[in-house]
Amino acid sequence: MSENNFKLSSSPHIRDKVTSGNIMLMVVIALLPASAFGVYNFGIPALIVLISTTVSAVLTEYVYEKLMHKKVTINDWSAVVTGLLLGLNMPASAPWWMGALGSVFAILIIKQLFGGLGQNFMNPALGARCFLLISFAGPMTRFVYDGVTGPTPLAVLKDGGSVDSMKMLIGTIPGTIGETSVIAIIIGAIFLILLGIIDLRIPGTYIVTFVIFIGIFGPFTKAHAGFFDPQYITAQLCGGGLMLGAWFMATDYVTSPITKKGQYVYGILLGVLTGLFRLFGGSAEGVSYAIIISNLLVPLIERVTLPKPFGKGGEK
Amino acid sequence: MNRCTERLYNGLVKENPTFVLMLGMCPTLAVTTSATNGVGMGLSTTVVLVLSNMLISMLRKIIPDSVRMPAFIVVVASFVTIVQFLLEGFVPSLYDALGLYIPLIVVNCIILGRAESYASKNPVLPSIFDGIGMGLGFTVGLTCIGIVREFIGAGQIFGKQILPIADEAAGKAGYVPVTIFILAPGAFLVLAGLVALQNKMKAKAAKKGKEVVESQGCGENCSSCNGCGGKVFPTGNEE
Repeated sequence: MSENNFKLSSSPHIRDKVTSGNIMLMVVIALLPASAFGVYNFGIPALIVLISTTVSAVLTEYVYEKLMHKKVTINDWSAVVTGLLLGLNMPASAPWWMGALGSVFAILIIKQLFGGLGQNFMNPALGARCFLLISFAGPMTRFVYDGVTGPTPLAVLKDGGSVDSMKMLIGTIPGTIGETSVIAIIIGAIFLILLGIIDLRIPGTYIVTFVIFIGIFGPFTKAHAGFFDPQYITAQLCGGGLMLGAWFMATDYVTSPITKKGQYVYGILLGVLTGLFRLFGGSAEGVSYAIIISNLLVPLIERVTLPKPFGKGGEK
Repeated sequence: MNRCTERLYNGLVKENPTFVLMLGMCPTLAVTTSATNGVGMGLSTTVVLVLSNMLISMLRKIIPDSVRMPAFIVVVASFVTIVQFLLEGFVPSLYDALGLYIPLIVVNCIILGRAESYASKNPVLPSIFDGIGMGLGFTVGLTCIGIVREFIGAGQIFGKQILPIADEAAGKAGYVPVTIFILAPGAFLVLAGLVALQNKMKAKAAKKGKEVVESQGCGENCSSCNGCGGKVFPTGNEE
């Protein structure tokens, strides 16, 4: 036996190859189908928005960390994910500088000022999207499709109109760049699930809760849907940012609970909030607000759902 | 007179109520949607602060210690009422813009704070200058926040259009206002930014070896203030 077998070291003894960088890279790859479809659907303007958000997110992170003499972390792909997600959450008709401004806000204010990756208190991309939505309400809610400015299917649905669910599944509808095609998003999500990067707990609870909420309360809105009307529920599921939000943004490691029980609570909260905002709120969409509000509640959820260490506890 | 100029400097720079003491945050965040509102709010507060400091300092030996809080409130509220009527009569536009926040000057913590920690223990003249200094410090703080918010949020400064606004319908290029800055979240962003900037400048000055005095809530006369923690509300009377 050689001496090498008796080396002593502190744990961890077995290291996996998975790093934050790897995971983020996989998320970027998973987002590519939705991005590609967005560019196909909306043309060159969509590409410009996506590039501008992604490049400025990375650039902001680099410049800030250089100026503050911190370790430059652009290699971990997290800034790319943030930029890309923000771009996917913007309408293609938005000017490029709006995307750049949003990325600067996301990286600088929401992520870096609170301590960088792992410390942000809400999803940077969604925080920035809400910042832009409040700042530039007009350009951020004007959805041009095939040269015509029209309401999104969700807005039509809210006013009691009817929509084509098949088109919504494929994605040839007006909306933000990345949210339209359910199929493209699901492809990316399946990829992430197969790799074990995300699991079904949060998105599953989210979507099931949302369906139950919509099914019960749908009849009380202008849409006059029946009780658990399948067509109405399908349209609500495929419309807007629900799919993108549930699979890619609610599952963000930093801003979702780490306890299993907490993840269910978080998913239920998301579903109820989204349903509330969509059915009874002022605007037709509410996924982003639901997610950032739930993000803020995550520390509380985690505190309540802390598992008991083995051997401790019992009734007092 | 040296003591008076020291008071002015103290209020404007060393213990600036907005950026250093962080007092009176409610009007600071709420009314600074434009520079004009900031100046209006700041000056109204200054007037009340100077007058109340003066009167409270005059009465400091008459007011019994146990009821001084109600007495201060009565004094401050009287002056606020006067200022409110004057504003309503002579500058109705400002009165409408500030709205609820004028009567709320009564409970502004800067005013009660100065009455408690300075005017009730010091002679009249320094108290007046303390009021002027603190009031102007507050005005400067509010105006700075107002200018930044108005500039980013509307492209204006003091109601004057500085940046031409883009008009998409007419195809005119120009500045697109970032509306969030004249809404509530913008107040927090701008305040945080300005405080950070001010601290940065202070840190720089400290590096150069300039004297930077750490602020203390009770001003320089801490010896006279030591007991006030226990004196404010005798525990027996507390509800």
